Amino acid sequence: MSQQSSLAKKKRRNQNIAFGIFTFTSYAIVALLFVILAFIVIKGIGVISWEFITEMPKNGMTEGGIFPAIVGTLCLVLVSMVFAFPVGVLAAIYMNEYVKDGWIKKIIKQMTNNLAGVPSIVFGLFGMSLFVNKMGFGDSILAGGLTLGLLVLPIVIRTTEESLKAVDDTFRQASYGLGASKWETTSKIVFPIAFPNIITGLILSVGRVSGETAPILFTVAAYFLPKLPTSIFDQAMALPYHLYVISTSGTNIEASRAMAYGTALVLIIIVLISNLLANALRKYYGNKVKTN
Amino acid sequence: MLSSAATSITVILIVFFLFIEGAGVFTKKPIDDGFLLAVSVDNQVKKIKPSEIKDIYDQKITNWKQLGGKDLPIVLFRAGDITDYYTEEELGKNFEFFPDKINELIAKTPGIIAFFSDKYKAKDFKGRELDIDKIKVSEFLSGEEWFPTAQPIAQMGVKPLIYGTLWVSLGAILLALPIGLAAAIYLSEIAKKRTRSLLKPLIELLAAIPSVVYGFFGLVIIVPLIQSTFDLPVGETGLAGSVVLAIMALPTIITISEDAMRNTPRAMKEASLALGASKWQTIYKIVIPYSASGITAGAILGIGRAIGETMAVLMVTGNAAVIPHTLLEPVRTIPATIAAELGEAPNGGLHYEALFALGCILFIITFGINMLVELVTNRNSHKKH
Repeated sequence: MSQQSSLAKKKRRNQNIAFGIFTFTSYAIVALLFVILAFIVIKGIGVISWEFITEMPKNGMTEGGIFPAIVGTLCLVLVSMVFAFPVGVLAAIYMNEYVKDGWIKKIIKQMTNNLAGVPSIVFGLFGMSLFVNKMGFGDSILAGGLTLGLLVLPIVIRTTEESLKAVDDTFRQASYGLGASKWETTSKIVFPIAFPNIITGLILSVGRVSGETAPILFTVAAYFLPKLPTSIFDQAMALPYHLYVISTSGTNIEASRAMAYGTALVLIIIVLISNLLANALRKYYGNKVKTN
Repeated sequence: MLSSAATSITVILIVFFLFIEGAGVFTKKPIDDGFLLAVSVDNQVKKIKPSEIKDIYDQKITNWKQLGGKDLPIVLFRAGDITDYYTEEELGKNFEFFPDKINELIAKTPGIIAFFSDKYKAKDFKGRELDIDKIKVSEFLSGEEWFPTAQPIAQMGVKPLIYGTLWVSLGAILLALPIGLAAAIYLSEIAKKRTRSLLKPLIELLAAIPSVVYGFFGLVIIVPLIQSTFDLPVGETGLAGSVVLAIMALPTIITISEDAMRNTPRAMKEASLALGASKWQTIYKIVIPYSASGITAGAILGIGRAIGETMAVLMVTGNAAVIPHTLLEPVRTIPATIAAELGEAPNGGLHYEALFALGCILFIITFGINMLVELVTNRNSHKKH
């Protein structure tokens, strides 16, 4: 009897130790996230000012602002989304509403997964070879934007597909029941219901595009360019590349540290906002669709 | 319909362009265009490997005997050295006698090896031009030195880069797997629903932070930390790369293994608990074995991410292209090499193509990893039915 209870005690103790470790680890990971964020916020917040956001870099990028990098990143986001959003959404609609389950769907799915797994530097190589050299765009916002667009295509497709799948089949059946065609059902019923969720995919992609460095290294990014791009065939600075440059190879790394913290903070803010916004939207509309 | 093929087309285009450009490296000789290496006609050494030529010019090989020739000291000659032998008057105002003088020099110096532009090659050339072989795939893969801009012969061995990539990625996964598993177990089996719905998005947020920010964080926090902890001359080491990559791989590992664990049938768990097993015993005897393939998939995908990661690694690993012996040395990975060197490589040149060939290797590795994951998860779904 006593042996049994000591066994039970041991069991209990083991469990407590194990669970303690697991709980601690999980909170430690979250703490790590906050350490990284807090570190950049605390170091960067003092740097951010109106001038920092609206002025050109000065004095070997150790003073002034990061305005051209912000504008460059916005241009890249715009170009990549103009390309990836329609293509990705149409692809997902076609896949989800039109293609029957079978080997074609399987292959397309597999290819989408594979594309998502391609390292970003390989996208950079590809973009350089195809857009910059073969198609003759040169180092330009167009070349970089298209490269980034291809990079986020799988994300757009996946989130759109998920949102289409989340639309209850009764909507489709009711629409067919009223005599609507497939296209009418898709465009007037399914798409509007899924739209808010599709937008979350768009927002997530914006976050991803703003933070990517490797694909733009050789397709668009300018080391230092104190003027704004005037067309999509211009080179441009971009936030992530700017951060890379001033933290590793600027003219005076120590002197530009403050600028680096500021740039990192701006970048983090963009990415965080897009993620939180996407999460909030998903939650909000997720509940709404269900209660409808 | 066309748009649904967009991803497939892109993958095919990537393969096409990558391999076309990358294959170029195997059609070229690793010597600068328009240059030649020549020895005396009496020299008996017929073939010299690229690595041996480098050793000769680094003066690690100083006698032809070492290459199976006569016992004769090697005399190094580059075009610029000509003024050591002849005066400017002898060479002529516009170097018009340069070819003749090189000819003369090679003829009278039996131990010479000369590297010069072929516009200085005389019509009645009296030396023997060395045959330089094109780069072979096997040499490319097994070569131990990566000096793509070395002269006279570029050294294109990717072994140190492959080793660097694997070391850093394996280090990362060894760090991240236990931590990630612990968190996955907590989230799926222990945490209350409320806690879980709070923690999970936060952990996923780790995946949203741009890699260049991780690189920056690693550079200003982790690198100095490692330098002082291990008392190293530089903190930019493979270990720094592994730590940063481990943080970046955590969300992937946690999300996928947690999904797998939550798929464990409730009936199984309840049966275990009903037999008197504790919750912890149920976890490690039932849940973990059941979700093993999901956990494996998570780990493999994590490795895949780590192998392909560029910016963070580039910023913290120190980028020394030598085969690492410990994780406390600077290393250089394949993606970091591409990122660091492509900007300086002339378009369409040998170096440029070599970097594309590196891209091919990277693509093949990550493609293989994706397929492996597919295989592992497919087996899992069969088990469920």
